[in-house]
Amino acid sequence: MTSNVVDFEDILNNGFSDANTSVRSGVRARWERKNDAEGCSSSSDSRKPPLGGLSDRFIPNRAAMDMEKCSASIVSSAEESIGDRTDSEFSEAEEDTINSVASDLSEYKSSLLGIDDSKSRILSFAEKAPAPKGDTVNNLQVLYSASTSSRKNKSSTKLVSRHIPSAPTRILDAPDLLDDYYLNLLSWSDTNVLAVALSQTVYLWNAVTGQIDELCNVESEGPDAHISSVSWIQEGGGHLAVGTSWGKTMLWDVRAQKQLRKMDGHTDRVGALSWNRHILSSGGRDNLIINHDVRIAEHKTATLSSHTQEVCGLAWSPDGLTLASGANDNKLCLWDAAASSSSRPRFELTDHQAAVKALAWSPHERNLLATGGGTADRCIKFWNTQSGAMLNSIDTGSQVCALQWNPHEKEILSSHGFARNQLCLWKYPTMAKVKELEGTLLVSCTWLRVPMVPLSFLPLRMKLFVSGMFLLHQANLTLENVVLRMSLEEPRAKSSLVPCTFARCLWNSNINNSSYA
Amino acid sequence: MVASDTVITLKGSVEIVSEFFFAAINSILYQRGIYQPETFKRESKYGLTVLTTTDQGLLTYLSSVMSQMESWLTDGDVQRLALVVSGIDSGETLERWQFNVSVDNGTDGSVEISRAGNDENKSHNVIKDNIIDNKATKMGKKTVKEVHDEIQAIIRQITASVTFLPLLNEPCSFDLLIYTNTSAVVPKKWADSDPCYIMNSQEVKLRSFTTSFHKVDSMVTYKEKDEWEL
Repeated sequence: MTSNVVDFEDILNNGFSDANTSVRSGVRARWERKNDAEGCSSSSDSRKPPLGGLSDRFIPNRAAMDMEKCSASIVSSAEESIGDRTDSEFSEAEEDTINSVASDLSEYKSSLLGIDDSKSRILSFAEKAPAPKGDTVNNLQVLYSASTSSRKNKSSTKLVSRHIPSAPTRILDAPDLLDDYYLNLLSWSDTNVLAVALSQTVYLWNAVTGQIDELCNVESEGPDAHISSVSWIQEGGGHLAVGTSWGKTMLWDVRAQKQLRKMDGHTDRVGALSWNRHILSSGGRDNLIINHDVRIAEHKTATLSSHTQEVCGLAWSPDGLTLASGANDNKLCLWDAAASSSSRPRFELTDHQAAVKALAWSPHERNLLATGGGTADRCIKFWNTQSGAMLNSIDTGSQVCALQWNPHEKEILSSHGFARNQLCLWKYPTMAKVKELEGTLLVSCTWLRVPMVPLSFLPLRMKLFVSGMFLLHQANLTLENVVLRMSLEEPRAKSSLVPCTFARCLWNSNINNSSYA
Repeated sequence: MVASDTVITLKGSVEIVSEFFFAAINSILYQRGIYQPETFKRESKYGLTVLTTTDQGLLTYLSSVMSQMESWLTDGDVQRLALVVSGIDSGETLERWQFNVSVDNGTDGSVEISRAGNDENKSHNVIKDNIIDNKATKMGKKTVKEVHDEIQAIIRQITASVTFLPLLNEPCSFDLLIYTNTSAVVPKKWADSDPCYIMNSQEVKLRSFTTSFHKVDSMVTYKEKDEWEL
């Protein structure tokens, strides 16, 4: 009898001395008793977490707990051990302990689960939902392949078989190019003419003939006036839209070198332009997006207001049904083509944490849009524009200035500003890096810098990527680079653009440039 | 549907909650690929495009569950709704979407008694009337628009959940479990079920929304991947 009592007190003492033993239970846990039975009840052993040493702490998992069963087994085992003794051995204190065990448990249960299970019934409808037909899982696979296959691809070094040179083939001198993230100062037409806005002047560089033309000059508008955006019409290369710092959008006939019309509507600079056949959308610092029908006198067909800060990115989808807009308020909006001035965007996507400027619609898949965020965000995100679902997001580590899809391969090129000023070619959808052209190339020439200007694309036989650095991606699938050079310390006379334009890159002698000469 | 500038009544709240459940269930079924994407149609709701099923069998099932749900909601008997996704072959529960419903007492309860036209409802609302005064200023001011904005956030989270939920790598089916008060009147077609908890699960809490009468919390639990991979 006495030995029994001592034993029980021992158990209690052990229980209190051991930090891991539940004080409330007063009865040792099963794993402890098991340890005892196996003769390995040293104090260090008993301090081990019950989860087989997987981690250093025990994280309870509510969903996986069957609380009812737990409480039942603990209470019944407590009663069992008590049942071994005669009534006289019960002190009142012990009885209190046991009672409190039961009440504690039910309290625990209700606090853990929120709802006391005993007060609720779990019901399900007897007729179950019809089983899905066919194999439906594969459709989602593509969403998941991104992360898993990029993981796999890290090990395989060979991503592309073609040669992608890392040196520029051509440097264009671009004095006075404004270094402003919010402006879109480059546009490449489908007739292979590049339009560049250098402060107050728009120059056209013909990539085939090498001819340089000065299209327009806004010096007459005052010393602070400058061109804030340029955009070629989708087809033909005959017309160029020019956005200005004083809110006007000009339309130029390039062949006649003549201004066709001037469209108003904005009260501040027009930093983004995008064409959809005869509709020209312009985005301004006044937070507005205006759709102009350039054929008619009353050109303003819609004023879209949803953004609360400067609009800096605009892109019509290839099918002409959706307009994507990004702004400094970190919002990405998707507008139906039929949107009127009173409409709200189809989606307002707020996932970016910084200004959204880089927008690129996939030429391969309908409704696939890639967007890039500013310095605070640094992510390239992919969207299904029908559902508004974000398909993927990758952190690039740098401000994303522009994105450009490769029309031949499932690849996307991104150009970056701060912090690393790199140019990066990604495989889609794995988002494995195919090629990264880092600042080293640019730093080696001290007067070179990646200006924060966007890419635009040449969809002809000669495939071009354009950024602050241009990459020529030819049909034979080699990638050549042309760098648009900014001379920062010494602004040259504007005419110097001409002789400097075709200065061939000295470090790149292995590429045949005869077609450009 | 209640006009967007009016105060939400109990009946309106029940409608909102069950409409939300319908949209949420459909979104989950679509986003998780449980039914073929072609069987869904786009519908504009809550300022979003919500995909809803066109499968007749599924619609019948959902509407019978929803109508029962509505009557329980009106009686204040619903505690939560769980959508359990389990593998058809393995029978294992892989995902569990849970929506906790708690009844907040709002204004206008007395007005609704007559409209709801249900005896049990009446007694329920009479009890509520006693508490109304305390909460009248706080609740009941919310417009449908505000509620829709909150719902929009949840649906968006469901849509975005594909980014963290593991791929359902086998054909799956789903079941709806409704937790009710023990006092609830249960029609014959309804049977008690086990809670279908998931072993080794991860839990992600989603947003919640409130109407003048109901507060709905949502969360998803899913099966942790077997191996630890980085």
